[in-house]
Amino acid sequence: MKPAPFVRHVPRTLQQALAMLSQLAGQDGRILAGGQSLVPIMAFRLAKPAHLIDINEIAGLDRLDSDGTALTIGARVRHAAFHGPAVDNPLAALLSYVARHIAHYPIRMRGTFCGSLAHADPASEWCLTAATLGATMIAKSQRGEREIAAADFFEGIMSTALAEDELLAEVRLPLLAADAKFGFNEFSRRAGDFAMASSLVTYRVADGKISEARIGVGGAESSPRRIEEAESALNGQPPGDPAFRAAALAASDAVDPLEDHQTNAEYRRDLVRAVVRRALEHSLT
Amino acid sequence: MTAPAKFVGRSVPRLEDRPLLLGQGRFAADISFPGQWHMRVVRSPVAHGKLQGINAAAALTLPGVHAVWTRDNVAHIPPIPFRLTGLVELEPYRQPILANDYVRYVGEPVAVVFAADPYIAEDAAELVELNIETLAPVMHASGDTGPFDAERATEPSIIRKSYGDVDAAFNAAHAIVTLELSIGRHSGVPLETRGAIARYDEARDILEMHGAAKVPWWNRDHIAKMIGRSRTNMHLLEGHVGGGFGIRGEIYPEDVLVCAAALHFKKPVKWIEDRREHLIAANHSRQQQHNIRAAIDAAGHILAIDDKFYHDNGAYMRTHAATVPDLAAAMLPGPYRVPAYRVAGHIRLTNKTPCGTYRAPGRYESSFVRERVLDAIAAKVGIDGVEIRRRNLIAKSAMPYDLHLETLGTHIVYDSGDYALLLDKTLERAGWPALQASLKKRRAAGEMVGAGVAMFVEKSGLGPSDTVRVEIKNDGKVEVVTGVASIGQGVETAMAQIAADALGVDYATINVVHGQTDRIDQGAGAFASRVTVMCGEATRLASVKLRGKVLRLAAELMQTDAAALDIINGEIVRRDNTGPSMTLTELAQARPGDLSAEDTFLSSHMVYPYGVHVAAVKIDSDTGGVAIERYVIGYDIGKAVNPRLVESQIAGGLAQGLGGALLEEFVYDDNGEPLSVTFADYLMPTSREVPQMSILITEDAPSPLNPMGLKGAGEGGANPVGAVIAAAIDDALQRPGTIAELPVTPQRLKSILKKTGLR
Ligand SMILES: Cc1cc2nc3c(=O)[nH]c(=O)nc-3n(C[C@H](O)[C@H](O)[C@H](O)COP(=O)(O)OP(=O)(O)OC[C@H]3O[C@@H](n4cnc5c(N)ncnc54)[C@H](O)[C@@H]3O)c2cc1C
Repeated sequence: MKPAPFVRHVPRTLQQALAMLSQLAGQDGRILAGGQSLVPIMAFRLAKPAHLIDINEIAGLDRLDSDGTALTIGARVRHAAFHGPAVDNPLAALLSYVARHIAHYPIRMRGTFCGSLAHADPASEWCLTAATLGATMIAKSQRGEREIAAADFFEGIMSTALAEDELLAEVRLPLLAADAKFGFNEFSRRAGDFAMASSLVTYRVADGKISEARIGVGGAESSPRRIEEAESALNGQPPGDPAFRAAALAASDAVDPLEDHQTNAEYRRDLVRAVVRRALEHSLT
Repeated sequence: MTAPAKFVGRSVPRLEDRPLLLGQGRFAADISFPGQWHMRVVRSPVAHGKLQGINAAAALTLPGVHAVWTRDNVAHIPPIPFRLTGLVELEPYRQPILANDYVRYVGEPVAVVFAADPYIAEDAAELVELNIETLAPVMHASGDTGPFDAERATEPSIIRKSYGDVDAAFNAAHAIVTLELSIGRHSGVPLETRGAIARYDEARDILEMHGAAKVPWWNRDHIAKMIGRSRTNMHLLEGHVGGGFGIRGEIYPEDVLVCAAALHFKKPVKWIEDRREHLIAANHSRQQQHNIRAAIDAAGHILAIDDKFYHDNGAYMRTHAATVPDLAAAMLPGPYRVPAYRVAGHIRLTNKTPCGTYRAPGRYESSFVRERVLDAIAAKVGIDGVEIRRRNLIAKSAMPYDLHLETLGTHIVYDSGDYALLLDKTLERAGWPALQASLKKRRAAGEMVGAGVAMFVEKSGLGPSDTVRVEIKNDGKVEVVTGVASIGQGVETAMAQIAADALGVDYATINVVHGQTDRIDQGAGAFASRVTVMCGEATRLASVKLRGKVLRLAAELMQTDAAALDIINGEIVRRDNTGPSMTLTELAQARPGDLSAEDTFLSSHMVYPYGVHVAAVKIDSDTGGVAIERYVIGYDIGKAVNPRLVESQIAGGLAQGLGGALLEEFVYDDNGEPLSVTFADYLMPTSREVPQMSILITEDAPSPLNPMGLKGAGEGGANPVGAVIAAAIDDALQRPGTIAELPVTPQRLKSILKKTGLR
């Protein structure tokens, strides 16, 4: 469990980093952010990058601010930045509730929000958050800058729309409406483990009826995504058990379940049903 | 004559903690020698195959690589010998230190690379090419027997034990209860992985190996023999040890390889196991499948038990040989009257990591099986789990109780015990009637909650002997030199407490030496919950002897009768408080070298502590998850030298027991590929999964086999955890006999809930 040989580069500016990335990406160069996914993988020699471009010294990548419509999260912002309120908006409570479910405290002190998205583990809470809330990814390279919508960003297990030479510089999360409700739930066998299924929901209530429902499911498919069938089951209904159960069932029917040795397809569907219902129940507390 | 106990029986702080808390611990990885080489093991990537060839040419060209060894380099070294329960018919199944003609499990050592640092060694190991013709693996231990490979059969031996007329009892039975039960493959996973650092001192012709644990003397003798040296010029040295649990400290291929290499190359050789290696290379344990029948009368009294089980030992018989299945077979009857008993334990080979002992070896397994049977009998007769146990417990008046079975070369005679009393006390601690009432009410309201009880008899204090030397040095410090090992359990503290009381000194002034083969010639080490019983009594004997010597020598100098003197807090005083006194330091300086005594405690029988576990659980019917709401343990230790150390042993054991009951499992795919090779896949319980627990230590049944009444504490925390969790889940489901397989993973439980229509 010692990594294969590699060279670590420490750029001081974004420009330097992008230049290095453009030069080294083709020679097996990779970004090193919090290292909480990459370093273990290197220790197991499942990845043997020849070059690491360490972005931890770059000023300006630690941006965490809001322009009144979206919260901008820079590439150096750690999970722990969300332990307390990160913005004066209901989104802050959502993020800090979700953050508590990511790994363990020491890992949250190092791991980054953007690193989680770039790594694209199907069970990542931040990937679920980005997919559910419709985040916008800002990818930068020497070739320029582009925006990628969350729905186009996740392409599969640990696979994203980022090109080799692109840095995920920032993520923009839309703020929530002042009266928005949110709920989150996940199931794992131990506290701090990657979820075997997770769900994040947001909606508003007008005249006693649910509107603008967003129901995201993570850990169950190759990428987290919103489940339209479940959202339809919820919109227009009064919040409460019958609608929540219907939405949960719709979600579990709609997913194409990942399977592994501790989770067959049927059980994964059972878990999706449980976490969606519980996330919705959580939205009432 | 001995002073009244001042330290024994008290929860004094651990002497071990100071260096550990100050960062002065010296674990295997902390040991380094100038010029050392680092060893990396090349392991088989396939579960079963014929080893056609090994090509190390590319590895040898890497800068910093010193050498690569394969089977040819170690052909003169015999396979690893058996330490316990070494049946002759098992000998052909011993493990070679590097694979020969076949590889038999993923992780089997095939070659070793020696290099300048561990990174280069690992780079080079990847370059060693193995030419293996893949063969179909054997992945299941039950079913028909057959060839394991060209040289071996899948069933090397069957352990048979019996007494009484089993067939007659079944013929006369009112009813028969039949169960098929299985326990998952899991093992001890110490915080510190294994490590071995060997160094050869050519000038003195001494070979030493650091990183020893558990049984340094036996390992010294046998590694020496394997590599053709005399035991007198080889030493094994134990540093701090980050957990043993049965698996750490046995002879493994790597220990022999570093010693052989250090001797051959005349360079220090260091090997530190990584976690992935640990999970595929160190002993696995526990995997058994039992088919058990019990004959009962109308009231649920057991008339006979007939058990047949398959023990999945993995690919080789390691140092423990038949120990685990033998203990499972011998300890299965537990605390109950079983008038007739018959067991056949089929030892089976599979293409998985070989097995050894793990905390409560054989008993975690057979307690699960026995207690499941008790619960099934209760259901059959229509009484509850407490009443069925009361009806079958061995009475206090029947002690000592001869089980008519043997294990570990000893005859099993329960030395003392009041099982019914401990059951009462533990249920009282658990608030059993109120708990039952509240669970019933919650079940009526739709919650899946329930509680269970499990009982067990442990064994401890395995002989045959322990020797201890106690010496008062010229500076007045007391040194207790033992032949045991410290795997973190508090040996230094407990031995110091015993010696302190016998000598009349402060326990904190005593230095307890353990695990050093160069300090005492013989030592049995630390396993089988033996240390406090065997070494504790030897420490007391030697200390009492030394005390007599001190008083005699002091009496000469103080011109009085030894009987008129006492030792209080390191000072020799007159009992009548008159006249001058003298310190132990003064006496030691007056009689240099004289203040030392050695004694030996012999014991041909083990001692048998016992316990009761009570658990209450809540099932999450949506996910199949299990939450533990209450956990109470009653344990009779005979005499607790240090109650807090006993409680700590129990608490740690419980955590491990829960791992095996709910979380931990070494899973393989059909090709024999291990799937549980990281801590993300092999799930150890963390502080968040281990519940609050209430531990009741009683001293109602001191052992008659040693003067202090001591019994061991190491394994009772783990022993019946699988059993009690299963019982509590059954109760929560209100469906007896539901849980037949450990671990109860959420997927398995959810599937049971759906199959039985409960959800
Ligand atoms: C024991 C343990 C438990 C964990 N549990 C969870 C959990 O429950 N939920 C969860 O979500 N995560 C969990 N993690 C992972 C953790 O959250 C990581 O921090 C996160 O997945 C990756 O972020 P990082 O900053 O550490 O990225 P790194 O490890 O540094 O990088 C990960 C990958 O992303 C790439 N990368 C990183 N930043 C960028 C960027 N800005 N642009 C382009 N590429 C980039 C890297 O090149 C690399 O390929 C766990 C980790 C551990 C060790």
